[in-house]
Amino acid sequence: MDKVNLELGSGGKLMRDFIADHIIPTFKNPLLETLGDSARLPSGIAFTTDGYVVDPIFFPGGDIGTLSVNGTVNDLIVAGSDPKYISLSLILEEGLPWKDLEKILKSIQKASKEAQVAVVTGDTKVVRQGQGDKIFITTSGIGECIADPTPENISPGDRIIVTGTLGEHSLAVMLARGDFGLEADVLSDCAPLRFLLPVWQMGTRWMRDITRGGLATVLCELAEPLPYSILIDEESIPLSREVRGATELLGIDPLYLPCEGRAVMVAPEKDAAIILKEIKKHDLGKGAAIIGRIEGKQAKAGEVLLSTLSGGLRLIEPLTSELLPRIC
Amino acid sequence: MCLGIPAKVISIEDSKIGKVDYLGTRVQTDFTLLEDVKIGDWVIIHAGFAISQLDEKEAAETIELIKENIVSTEKLSDDERAEK
Amino acid sequence: MKELRSKQAIQSLLKTISQKTRSLSTPISIMEVCGTHTMTIHRYGLKKLLDQAGIRMLSGPGCPVCITPNEIHEAAIGLVTEKKNLLLATFGDMTRVPTRKNSLQKIVPAKDSQIKIVYSPEEALGLARDNPETEVVFFGVGFETTIPSILLSVKRASEEGLSNYSVLTALWIIPPPLKAIIDDKDTRIQGFLYPGHVSAIIGIEPYEFIPREYGIPGSITGFEPVDILLSILSILEQIQKGKAEVTNEYSRVVRQNGNPAALALMDKMCSKEDAHWRGIGSIPQSGLRLIEKYEDIDTEKKYGLRIAGGSGDLPGCLCGEVLRGKILPPDCPLFGKKCHPESPVGPCMVSFEGACLAYFKYDRTERASE
Repeated sequence: MDKVNLELGSGGKLMRDFIADHIIPTFKNPLLETLGDSARLPSGIAFTTDGYVVDPIFFPGGDIGTLSVNGTVNDLIVAGSDPKYISLSLILEEGLPWKDLEKILKSIQKASKEAQVAVVTGDTKVVRQGQGDKIFITTSGIGECIADPTPENISPGDRIIVTGTLGEHSLAVMLARGDFGLEADVLSDCAPLRFLLPVWQMGTRWMRDITRGGLATVLCELAEPLPYSILIDEESIPLSREVRGATELLGIDPLYLPCEGRAVMVAPEKDAAIILKEIKKHDLGKGAAIIGRIEGKQAKAGEVLLSTLSGGLRLIEPLTSELLPRIC
Repeated sequence: MCLGIPAKVISIEDSKIGKVDYLGTRVQTDFTLLEDVKIGDWVIIHAGFAISQLDEKEAAETIELIKENIVSTEKLSDDERAEK
Repeated sequence: MKELRSKQAIQSLLKTISQKTRSLSTPISIMEVCGTHTMTIHRYGLKKLLDQAGIRMLSGPGCPVCITPNEIHEAAIGLVTEKKNLLLATFGDMTRVPTRKNSLQKIVPAKDSQIKIVYSPEEALGLARDNPETEVVFFGVGFETTIPSILLSVKRASEEGLSNYSVLTALWIIPPPLKAIIDDKDTRIQGFLYPGHVSAIIGIEPYEFIPREYGIPGSITGFEPVDILLSILSILEQIQKGKAEVTNEYSRVVRQNGNPAALALMDKMCSKEDAHWRGIGSIPQSGLRLIEKYEDIDTEKKYGLRIAGGSGDLPGCLCGEVLRGKILPPDCPLFGKKCHPESPVGPCMVSFEGACLAYFKYDRTERASE
C-alpha cells in the first residue's frame, strides 16, 4: 500500500494488521502490546484515547460531543477502571457555524456530568475551510483501576452477556446521513456504561465495548487467543425491530454494526444470572441478555460459532472490510 | 442482488413514488413497475423499486403446506415410536 | 410469516426430504442458480443439514458481480481514476472485486472525483440531478431483477435531457447460461432451484425448455429457509414421479407471466446480444445492451471505451469452475490460502452472493471430500 486508504480506519482486518505490523513494532512496550481498550499503568491508573470523526455531527440521540465523552469513558470502564478525568482536543474547520459549536460544547458538558467525569485540560485548533470536515474531536481519559480483568481465567461453561440491543447507533447515523432513503424511529445508543462498574466485583472476567467491527469482530478477538471456541445462540441476540428491519432491507449483518453504549462480557456460569439481573436494573441495560457460552474441546479453538434460527451451525468471522464509513 | 424484501405500502403519490414499511423502517420506493398498488398492499422491494405484489391467498396456501408437513412428520414419528 | 423460518418447520421438512432420498440413489445434486440462495443456505447453516439429508447443493452462476468480466470493472476504475469531477455510483460489493488495476475500494480517485455506494439506480440519477456540473456514471450490473430499475433511470435521464448521467451496463439474462451449464457433460445436475426474484420479472415460461428438452426437474424458489426446503421437496417428488417440470414454490410472489411492465421496458430499450460470462465463456443471446436511442446514456459509447471480455481473470482463480457447479469452493487450491475476503483473487470471494465468500464466512472447514 503506497497511500492510506479509508479501510485503515474501519475496524476491519486492514486496521488490525496496521496495528500489528506498524504500530506495535514502532512503539514496542509491554503496556501497548496488551492492545486493551485502555492501557493499565503501573500506578493503578487506566489511560485511553480516541478520535471522533463521525459524519454527520448531529444525529438522532446524540452528536459528536456526546460520542467523544462516552466513547472514552466506556473504554475505561471495560478495562476495569472508574473514569475520572478527560482531556478535550478540538480541531475546528473555519466556517463551522458558531451555534453548532455551542451545541456540541453543551453536549459535552451534559455527557461529562452524566458520566461523572471532569474535562480538565484541552486544546483548540482551527484549520482552513476545506482542510478539515466541520469538527474533529480527540479525547483522552484517565480512570482509577478498581478491578483486574482476568481473561486468562476464561473457561468452558462461562457465559457471554451483551448489555442491550445492537446496532442502534449505526442505524441512527445512517439515517441522519440520508443514506438509502431510509426513515425509522431510532436513537443512537450512545451512553455511558458506568452502571456496569459493580459487575467487576460480581465475577466478570472480561469486558469490551461493542464499537467498530460490531459484536462479531469483538467476539472473534475474544476467541482468537483462547484454547476454546465460542458458541452463540442467534435467537438470543437482542435486536430492536427497527434494526432488524433496516439491516434486512439493506442486506447488512447486524452483528457487524458498531454501537456506542453497549458492552459484551464473559462471566462464570454460576454468576451470570445475578450479573444479568444487576445490569437489567438500569434503563440502559434493560435489553441485556445471555447470548452464548465458552465451549470446551469439541469445536476448533479460537472459533466463534453461531447456532442459527433454523437449527443449523455457522461460523462468525471478524469484519474484513468497511461496511459503513465514519460511524464513530 | 436478488435481495428482495416483503414490505407494506404506507403511501403512494400520483407520481408512483411512495413509502413502504418493513418492521418499522420506512423506505422510499418506486411503484412504476406495478399496475394496481394500494396502501396496505404487501410488495417485494428490490433496489428501491417494488417488483411484485404479494398474493395473500398463495401465501396462506404455502403456510398451510408447511403446517401439513409438520403434522404428517409428527404423525410419522409417533408411529415410529409406537412400533418400538 | 415467521413460519418460513421456524425451527420446527425446517426440521420437519428436512425429515421428509431424508425419507425421500432414502429411496433414491444419493446424493442428489441440486443447483441453486441464484447467489442469494447460496447465501441463505449457508447463513442459516442449511448446507450441512442438507448434506446429512442426502442433498448435495451446487452453486450456480447467479451472482452478477461474479460473472461480470474484470475488463468491465477495470473500465469503471479507469474512469474514476483518470477523469476529474466524475462520480461513480455503484452497488456496494462491486467495489471490492480485485482486478489488474486493483479494486474500486482501494484506488484513490482523480481530483474531485469520487465513488459513492448507492442502494438504487434512482439514487444515482438523483445525484446527477443534484450535481449538474458533475459527470455521474452508474455502474449498472444485474440480472433481470435489477435490469428494469436500471432501465427506468436511463429512460428518465433521457426524458429529462440529463446530459451528465450515463450507465456503464453489464446486464445479464438468466436462462441462457443454464443451457450452457447443462450442455457441459461433465456436470451432473438433477434439479434446479430457480431464482425467485428474477422469476418475478420473467415469469415461468423461460425455464420450461429445461424439463422439456433435458428432462431436468426444477422449482422457482423463495428466499426463506423453508422456501428452499419446499422447493427441494418438489424436485424430489418430480424425480420420484419421473415427471420433470417447472413448479412454482414462490407462488406468493411469482406470477405465470412475470411482470409485464418490466418485460416491456427490457423489450423496448434493449437488444439481446452474445455476451462473455466470466468463467463460462461466450453465451449466445445472454446479455442486454441499450439500443442506439440511448447512446448518450450508455457510458461505453459516451466515453468511447472499448471493453473486450475474456482475459482479465487473475491467475489461478477457479471462479469459473465454481460458477458452473463443477467444484465446491474449498476444492480450489487458493481457497482460504491465497484467496480470502481480505485479499480476494476472484469475485466469488468478494460478492455478497459469491459462493466462495459464503463458504469462507460460514462453512469454511468443509471440504468436498467430507
